[in-house]
Amino acid sequence: MKITVAGVEVAFGDLPVLDGVSFDVATGEFVSVLGPSGCGKSTLFGVLAGLVAPDHGRVLVDGAPAGRETFGYMPQKDLLFPWRTVLDNTTLGLEVGGMRRREARERARELFAPFGLAGFERSRPAELSGGMRQRAALLRTVVQDREVLLLDEPFGALDSLTRTAMQEWLEEVRGRFGWTVLLITHDVREAVFLSDRVLVLSSRPAHVAREVRIDLPRPREVGVLTDPAFVAAEAELLDTLRGGTRL
Amino acid sequence: MTRADHRSRTEPGPPSSPPVPGRAGRTGRAPAPRTARGRTSLLGRVAPPVLVVLLLLVVWQGAVTALDVRPQVLPSPLRVLEQGWAFRAVLWANTLPTLQVTAVGFAVSLAVGWVLAVGVDFSPWLRRALVPLLVASQTLPIIAVAPLMIIWFGFGLLPKVLVIALVTFFPIAVGLIEGFARADPEAANLLRSMGGGRWAEFRYVRLPGALPSFFTALRIAITYAVTGAIFAEYVGARAGLGIYMAQQKNSFRTDLVLAAVAVTALVSVALFGLTYLVERVVAPWIKGARR
Ligand SMILES: Nc1ncnc2c1ncn2[C@@H]1O[C@H](COP(=O)(O)OP(=O)(O)O)[C@@H](O)[C@H]1O
Ligand SMILES: [Mg+2]
Repeated sequence: MKITVAGVEVAFGDLPVLDGVSFDVATGEFVSVLGPSGCGKSTLFGVLAGLVAPDHGRVLVDGAPAGRETFGYMPQKDLLFPWRTVLDNTTLGLEVGGMRRREARERARELFAPFGLAGFERSRPAELSGGMRQRAALLRTVVQDREVLLLDEPFGALDSLTRTAMQEWLEEVRGRFGWTVLLITHDVREAVFLSDRVLVLSSRPAHVAREVRIDLPRPREVGVLTDPAFVAAEAELLDTLRGGTRL
Repeated sequence: MTRADHRSRTEPGPPSSPPVPGRAGRTGRAPAPRTARGRTSLLGRVAPPVLVVLLLLVVWQGAVTALDVRPQVLPSPLRVLEQGWAFRAVLWANTLPTLQVTAVGFAVSLAVGWVLAVGVDFSPWLRRALVPLLVASQTLPIIAVAPLMIIWFGFGLLPKVLVIALVTFFPIAVGLIEGFARADPEAANLLRSMGGGRWAEFRYVRLPGALPSFFTALRIAITYAVTGAIFAEYVGARAGLGIYMAQQKNSFRTDLVLAAVAVTALVSVALFGLTYLVERVVAPWIKGARR
């Protein structure tokens, strides 16, 4: 399977936000999207998730127009509902999709252990730590079994130690489950650590200013941070981002 | 970088160290202070107003005794209590119709409030059409409308139900309308990405999200409902605390008027308390979320 984003343009009123964004994602790939804040990263995900209709351009799955059911969308806010238990928050997508509650709970429950949430099924979201909330929100996305995961700054609100732990964890589970992931981040190191490819968007109106391939073996662990290839990729991305205003 | 060292302390790394299903130590927000406050709160919340009321009653009793006020003008609290007890059967016989009228009127009001609020939430046209009218309905002087209702609909249940509904549907409808509108637009996007439409958004996000605001409105409305019932009966009824007060006033039984007032207050407080009970059953999550 291949996702093709071709020449996507979006404007909100007079404000052009996306200006011909094009790239591909293949099955099993992990692609990160970096870019200055406000450049249109979340808007790009909105287009993919079918929430924002592009003015021009298309999103294709194997050459055919993509439907909403291709993408599992994890928004920037965790949006866990206080009126639902953690388990029932994670089944939301399945319930909305028409699955019976019993079956939905069974499916979600299986993921609680690998997501480090075992024992918290009946808790309320307010009882979870920041990292656990993000894992619950990710579980809610993953359990829908969509082909591509869209993760919008999933670790942006976490303290840096929790964030690093979450990055390592994501690297591990992604390898285990073989997800195809598109990740928005503003953390260069996170992008390099997790990705096969990193796309750098220009400042608004955004286009893909640069694409950097990360050729580091998987599974990756902390040691990779000092690998010369890692350092080189990081430097290249930082450089591109710093020059962002000139692009 | 020392993240490997810190990892176990900050976040339980799930695959390597599966979490123990014990909560307190590892939750994001420590619930301890909240619970502690919750436990003292019942006594802590009830005692001060009761003390103030007792104090006022003592002052009242002392003043009436010292100044030797005639009971037709102002009876002492003890006399109110004594006469109220002596006439307890009559009082009770008049409380029941008031409770009945309040219940029916409030049920009508809830139904009207919900239908209007949901309609307004789904239709922008209805919102533009109805919201100004809702506001206008509250400017009707109930003191003039209630007697007209008696003229139009007689002394039965209907005019009283209408008066109660008129004074209570507004806070309910507005509480719900605002509650629905408090939903996070991003949550609507999430639901849409899951394949849900407007109905799914309402059912999974807007409706539960409106409940805190609904219960606040319910508490305001229920107190209006009792006073509304008393007022409607005062204007004209066969039985009820309102008409009982009017009759006793006309025969200068100020003590019995005040006894009926006391019963009204007790009923209101009880119904007010009942709303917390209903909230606890319908939406137990609110308690934690609100404080
Ligand atoms: N629904 C919308 N209506 C109008 N403007 C919007 C809307 N969504 C986003 N924008 C604007 O588009 C720009 C890009 O937003 P966003 O995609 O959220 O940026 P990023 O995620 O890269 O920080 C911002 O200037 C934002 O204010
Ligand atoms: Mg964003």
